[in-house]
Amino acid sequence: MSSADEQEAGFGGRVLARLVKRWRSPPAGSERLVSSEAPTALDRLPAVELAAAVPDPLFIFDGEGTVLFANGAANDAFGPSLPGVSLQLKFRAPEMHELIRQILEREEGPGTIDYSERVPIERVYRVSATPIGHAPGLNMLLFKDQSEARRIDRMRADFIANASHELRTPLASIAGFIETLRGPARDDPAARENFLQIMQNQTSRMARLIDDLLSLSRLEMKPYLRPSEKVDIRQLVGSVIDAMTHLAAETGVTIERDMPDTPVEVAGNRDELVQVFENLIENACKYGSSGGKVIVMVKGGETGESAVSVRDFGPGIAEEHIPRVTERFYRVDVETSRAQKGTGLGLAIVKHILTRHGARLSIRSKLGEGAEFMVHFPAP
Amino acid sequence: MQTQHIMRSFDEELKFLANQIAGMGGHAERMVEQAVTALVNSDTGLAAKVVADDAFLDEKQREIDEKAVIVIARRQPMAGDLREIVGAIRISADLERVGDLGKNIAKRVSAVSETRQPVRLFRGLEALSDLALTQLKGVLDVYATRSADKIALVRDRDNQIDAMYTSLFRELLTYMMEDPRNITACTHLLFCAKNIERIGDHATNIAETVFHIVTGAQMPVERPKEDKSHRVTVDNPDNNGR
Repeated sequence: MSSADEQEAGFGGRVLARLVKRWRSPPAGSERLVSSEAPTALDRLPAVELAAAVPDPLFIFDGEGTVLFANGAANDAFGPSLPGVSLQLKFRAPEMHELIRQILEREEGPGTIDYSERVPIERVYRVSATPIGHAPGLNMLLFKDQSEARRIDRMRADFIANASHELRTPLASIAGFIETLRGPARDDPAARENFLQIMQNQTSRMARLIDDLLSLSRLEMKPYLRPSEKVDIRQLVGSVIDAMTHLAAETGVTIERDMPDTPVEVAGNRDELVQVFENLIENACKYGSSGGKVIVMVKGGETGESAVSVRDFGPGIAEEHIPRVTERFYRVDVETSRAQKGTGLGLAIVKHILTRHGARLSIRSKLGEGAEFMVHFPAP
Repeated sequence: MQTQHIMRSFDEELKFLANQIAGMGGHAERMVEQAVTALVNSDTGLAAKVVADDAFLDEKQREIDEKAVIVIARRQPMAGDLREIVGAIRISADLERVGDLGKNIAKRVSAVSETRQPVRLFRGLEALSDLALTQLKGVLDVYATRSADKIALVRDRDNQIDAMYTSLFRELLTYMMEDPRNITACTHLLFCAKNIERIGDHATNIAETVFHIVTGAQMPVERPKEDKSHRVTVDNPDNNGR
């Protein structure tokens, strides 16, 4: 069995090496230089080593569609492939099945398709399937990430649909006050001061909205990669709490900590996770201020899930709103949200970051008893 | 290597069935996705395509049924192999229903888009369909990898779908009370939401079948359902203060 594998790899390696030579198509002189100096190194290059070095997701599969090799980029993008799993099971889209069928039956076809995934995160790839070598049996599937172009399109559409509406409200209010200031309130200093204050509030609201929109779209523009960096969330959440004590004191809330003595490590991006917990704790302080305290708890173990929960004792969220609060611009109560300088995007940002981390957000709340936002991280 | 059968073609037949199921799954996922896109964008052309696509799923289901029966008759499989084949029959039936539900959503597109509807009507529906699609993708991935340990997550998500559906139900009722002209569109959207919620239920069914294929045991008894829409009422504004 192992010797057969070696033979296969050796064979594939030679074929791939030849392909690479043709692909790069260097000028005649340089090719001779390479082949005269190191003829054996390239000839002995194993196919899997070359495939592993490719930065785009790449699968090598046999004549029945069984995955023989998936490179690191493929595992990052589509989750680890178990040996022996067939490509048709892993990629089920109709056009993908058609592409694989064509390549397996050596049928003439375009050889390249556009493949898109909508959930969990919108991704678009240009996929090409190529037989490797002349002998039947080995094929390769290569993915080129095209998500960015799609995301830009989507962002533009989203901006027109959501943001223009959200920005128009404060803008209309400012325009109204300017009109009043130039007209009836021209010589009324008290009203003028009052109106200018309102206008200032509205402009800062617009600025916050733009900040949040930019940060959300920056996140959406990032390529989808499971973060590999190890972060100690106990320490991270602790530093976020330290930074928030000022705000907590302003709203009359004390933040209590309930954390284990040992570090709790998860795979994550530090800056993004800071943003998550800033948003959650800030929300708890603002909307749960009547409860007087916020409890932040970190739970975790060497094995299994780790979790961070942020619990407030404010008015709570009505049941019918709980599933909806992570939608963009969804507000439980427009008046309260405006008063608390909310943009309606905070939890959408939180959810987006957590989806990228493969983590989940669960919300539990009862009216009058406060709310608990819990982030579950998968086992590292 | 112990799992390989002496008769290689039996393995091929099982693999063929699994690949056909995967193909059906991919098709069903695409239909639901496109039906909701057509609904949100009032795209009647795309809706017509979804309706036409359903015939493919029906055909595939018949094919899988026939193939499965032939395999059972010829090989007389036992234990895991038998579960695998019976599971394929059950999963293909669920996927065929998912396709029907997608088709039903697509059929409503022209009725909803007769008058231009505000975006907010669709936002919740999109979020609901994202949940259901994630659920469907999740169970089909579990079917592909046969990892029974991930099935618990699926059930958890089904509860989320039910909660979201209840919330959407209430929201749509509110819109109808605000303005009677919304009633036509909102009623259709209610049915669409119900269809999507049913898709989540079929995904849960598939998860249970996969659990049975992998472990040979039935999944532990379901916890009580979170769908409370049958009890939702909205206060009539005229009766306020009573």
